[in-house]
Amino acid sequence: MLRLYNVSKVYPNGVTALDNVNLHVRRGDFLFLVGPSGAGKTTLARLVFREELPTRGQVIFNGKNIVRLRAREIPFHRRKIGMIFQDFRLLPQKNVFENVAFALEVTGASPKEIKKRVPEVLGLVGLEGKAKMFPHQLSGGEQQRVCVARALVNNPLLIIADEPTGNLDPETSWELMKLFQRINEQGTTIIMATHAWDIVNAMKKRVVALAQGRIVRDEESGAYSYGA
Amino acid sequence: MGLTAMALNTVRYYFREAFTSLRRNGWLSLASIGTVTVSLFILGCCLLLVLNANKLAGALESMLEISVFLKNDLAEEQVRRLREEIKFVPGVAEVEFISKEQALEKMRQSIGADKLEGLDYNPLPDAFRVKTIDPQQVPRVAGEIAKLAGVEEVRYGQGLVEKLLMVTRGIRMAGWVSMAVLGVAAVFLIFTTIRVSVFSRRREINIMKYLGATNWFIRFPFLLEGMFLGVAGAFLAAVTVYYGYFLIIKEVSALIPFFPLANQLNEISPVFACIIGLGLVIGAAGSVLSVHRFLNV
Ligand SMILES: Nc1ncnc2c1ncn2[C@@H]1O[C@H](COP(=O)(O)OP(=O)(O)OP(=O)(O)O)[C@@H](O)[C@H]1O
Ligand SMILES: [Mg+2]
Repeated sequence: MLRLYNVSKVYPNGVTALDNVNLHVRRGDFLFLVGPSGAGKTTLARLVFREELPTRGQVIFNGKNIVRLRAREIPFHRRKIGMIFQDFRLLPQKNVFENVAFALEVTGASPKEIKKRVPEVLGLVGLEGKAKMFPHQLSGGEQQRVCVARALVNNPLLIIADEPTGNLDPETSWELMKLFQRINEQGTTIIMATHAWDIVNAMKKRVVALAQGRIVRDEESGAYSYGA
Repeated sequence: MGLTAMALNTVRYYFREAFTSLRRNGWLSLASIGTVTVSLFILGCCLLLVLNANKLAGALESMLEISVFLKNDLAEEQVRRLREEIKFVPGVAEVEFISKEQALEKMRQSIGADKLEGLDYNPLPDAFRVKTIDPQQVPRVAGEIAKLAGVEEVRYGQGLVEKLLMVTRGIRMAGWVSMAVLGVAAVFLIFTTIRVSVFSRRREINIMKYLGATNWFIRFPFLLEGMFLGVAGAFLAAVTVYYGYFLIIKEVSALIPFFPLANQLNEISPVFACIIGLGLVIGAAGSVLSVHRFLNV
């Protein structure tokens, strides 16, 4: 479903963030992206999301070469991917329902669709009772679940989470991981960049380790360590 | 359902977002509207002034004619020939003969018969009254007639035509210049307002990009906001000019009853169409520039 061929990314300031990366992610995969700070995890996510273009190489997503995507095709590409960030990126002036509904609104969905679909995903992430609350009234874990709901609401093919547990305590992180696990079991592909070695070790999923922009390890049901 | 329903939801969204921004920008929105109003108010005033000046010029010009005084001792045959010659001068529309008797009679009527009591001979010459096709040609035609044999003197409202044309030209120029200056100010203010809108929504715009909003979806509320500012300002200007104008022409026509004023709605309606249209253009220009510059989508 997602393939990277000889992908390199050199930022305009000369930093090589990715160096000749080859990666194949299959439909239904749950993949951890690990590696020290500055290894290029976020950069890889940005390339897939078409926020950045690779300096060299090709990125194929769902049968389309997204390097060659025209500007007006990018939004439609992005609707197939749910992004989740460490810092949530919720709109403070919108409540939980409206934040999730926003993802549908930008695609031109009808109020009827929104009224049907939003409670569904809020139920899925266990926030059905908090639809009217504002982000600042929620705990970190709850806020992150709103983000998961927002990422899910458009039925994406792929969810990319960049350090989603970075701001959460261990217990809350585990709850979130169970949520991701369930979403993955329902067929959504998940790529998660993380530093949480205990989670990676316990989940026994595919682990891709990056170091200085190169893939140094790619193991099914692997462990966190990214080698010396 | 399908495309139309989607378009409708989207349009509803655009309006809601645009009006949220307008409200949030409060004073700045008002300042933009005010600037548009002032600049278009001035434009409206100038246009109406020019309109009336043109009408006045037209009225005066149609009254403008050339008086051709003849030498005293011309035979009837010579007068007839002269009349033909004048008719053939390019630009001449109409030639009318006024005999010295008719002229004296007219004079009696206009200044009073008693004052001409002691007059025992007619001091007035025979004359032609010549109208031109185009008032602008009065000076040239007059010059050519003066060269004809049998003509004693040629007179017309010397300088009046030129002055009038210069005045209308002056008003028009002043109008365009002040309108241009204020129009630029208005565009700039709308530009600034939209910039503030864009900046206050930076976070939102970023999130929208992540959620797969198209560029037009992101841009449109801002364009709408700018166009609303322009049209609202224009509307205020139009209303002010309309009521102000009819107030003024009421006063003026009471003061000078025969002054030729443009007082029919169909005469002045192009002015209002112009005001509203330019308001829209100003609003669109300001917001397009701002969105282009500050919205990297
Ligand atoms: N926009 C940018 N311009 C220039 N250099 C950048 C940019 N973004 C990232 N980099 C550089 O590219 C390299 C990889 O950064 P990246 O953010 O992908 O790392 P990461 O693996 O996500 O790190 P972390 O675990 O700390 O989030 C780093 O050296 C970083 O300084
Ligand atoms: Mg990162």
